[in-house]
Amino acid sequence: MKELVCIGCPRGCQLKIEKNNRDEWVVTGNTCKRGEAFAISEMTAPKRTICSVVKTAFPETPVLPVRVSADIPKERIFDVMAQLRTVTVTERIGRGDVVIPNVLGLGVDIIATSNILRT
Amino acid sequence: MEQYDVIVIGGGPAGLAAAISAHENGAKTLLIEREARLGGMLKQCIHDGFGLSRFGERLAGPEYVERFIDRFRALGIEAQTRTFVTRVERHEASFTVVTVNQDGLTRYGTKTLILATGCRERTAKQVSIHGTRPAGVFTAGTAQHFTNLLGVLPTKKCVILGSGDIGLIMARRLTLEGAQVLGVYEAKPTPSGLTRNIHQCLHDYDIPLHLSHTVTRVFGQDRLTGVEIAEVDNAMKPIPGTEQRLECDALIVSVGLIPENELAESLNVPLDARTNGPVCDGQLMTEVPGVFSCGNALHVNDLVDYVSASGEEAGRNAAHYAQRTRDEIVLGASENFQYLVPQRLDRGADNSAVTVYFRSRDVLGKCRVTLTVDGRAVWSKQYPFLRPPEMQQLTLDFGSFGIADAASAQFEIEVEA
Repeated sequence: MKELVCIGCPRGCQLKIEKNNRDEWVVTGNTCKRGEAFAISEMTAPKRTICSVVKTAFPETPVLPVRVSADIPKERIFDVMAQLRTVTVTERIGRGDVVIPNVLGLGVDIIATSNILRT
Repeated sequence: MEQYDVIVIGGGPAGLAAAISAHENGAKTLLIEREARLGGMLKQCIHDGFGLSRFGERLAGPEYVERFIDRFRALGIEAQTRTFVTRVERHEASFTVVTVNQDGLTRYGTKTLILATGCRERTAKQVSIHGTRPAGVFTAGTAQHFTNLLGVLPTKKCVILGSGDIGLIMARRLTLEGAQVLGVYEAKPTPSGLTRNIHQCLHDYDIPLHLSHTVTRVFGQDRLTGVEIAEVDNAMKPIPGTEQRLECDALIVSVGLIPENELAESLNVPLDARTNGPVCDGQLMTEVPGVFSCGNALHVNDLVDYVSASGEEAGRNAAHYAQRTRDEIVLGASENFQYLVPQRLDRGADNSAVTVYFRSRDVLGKCRVTLTVDGRAVWSKQYPFLRPPEMQQLTLDFGSFGIADAASAQFEIEVEA
């Protein structure tokens, strides 16, 4: 059995996960479905969202905040961070616009999270 | 002098929600913000997790607040940015707000005021640390400003003092950017931040958390070169002989937030010593008629969703404000609450949907929160646990509890075996 703390919301449920005799995951301690999904994902293929900034060509706004469009495998976080360091945004793109499509072939985009370059 | 129904001071999430709500409720509204851009602190909170309860999505800070800014602009609500309120004058049934900006001094008249001034970080000077005064001592918010808005990494190797949420968020952020975070040191025996942040910000990156430890001294002349760490006893006093020195180039301090209420104090608005925010009633009006408070100026929230909700509440009530004498009773809270908001109820008001916010004083296991009115239990709810860092919020119909004729109302927490 493994004990985990759910990061799905600020409630921070204390989860317990183990396999029953039919080799199925059994999660307890969760208050919602997200907790169950999180616990199973933690045991099988942990994923995280990452948020960061990328450089811009605009001196008054030197960086643009970005995030991944969907969770990525936890072990690829630093690979994605390295990709972000190679980018300089030269267009006045806005919130939701793609900065790097399909980053590292992970099937998720890096998207801007602010209209800071447009205001 | 231009006249308004509602003037909102502060253009962060609370102020934006308050102004939108006041406008939508028919009030002529002006929002005043001292920075160049609206959005407040969320401009630099680029991490995700905002808006889960409001939008059912995990948004980054700018994504969350820009939804409100877009709405604010679409409604054509007036805003004065890069404008600082220097003084508020109180008259019989109105206020004069005096501002300064690049056009000089301006005076605005208003029937009501909403104070959405947010909070400030407690600084290193407010916790006693000995030694020199080198560069390299930052609050977590300052480190966040450098990293996320200026694109400058303020440290290569640092120690974080205090386990508040911004400190935990910055531990992860600096690690992602390639800095080395030697550890998070917390003087209290329990963490200050949300449990999930301990996990996703520290454990995920193998950043050690040292409870019952503090920074006692900083070293360095021009730039910080190291800090002294010591274990503390139950009274949070450093234990002699436990000191150790760590080499680093920065000390990042995340030791709490204090509601900003200088303007409130200038208006003689009574503050609650437990929240450091104004004492208010179920309509979020302070003890000074016509002055409302919301967001982190009222009490420090851990979720922006709640901040926005309190802004909307204050905005709506300010828009519908009509002068009358209030008939208030104290909404009490037993000793094992760290605080409870609102602190008063106006028996003459519509109390059918009053939002109550509270934190427990200590970490409690299974327990029951009960509301008694005139000594009679009228409502109760069981909680699996209560932790001081995790604020609780509930909306109650106090009208149905007979509050209009009650002499006393009190919340109590009872720990169950």
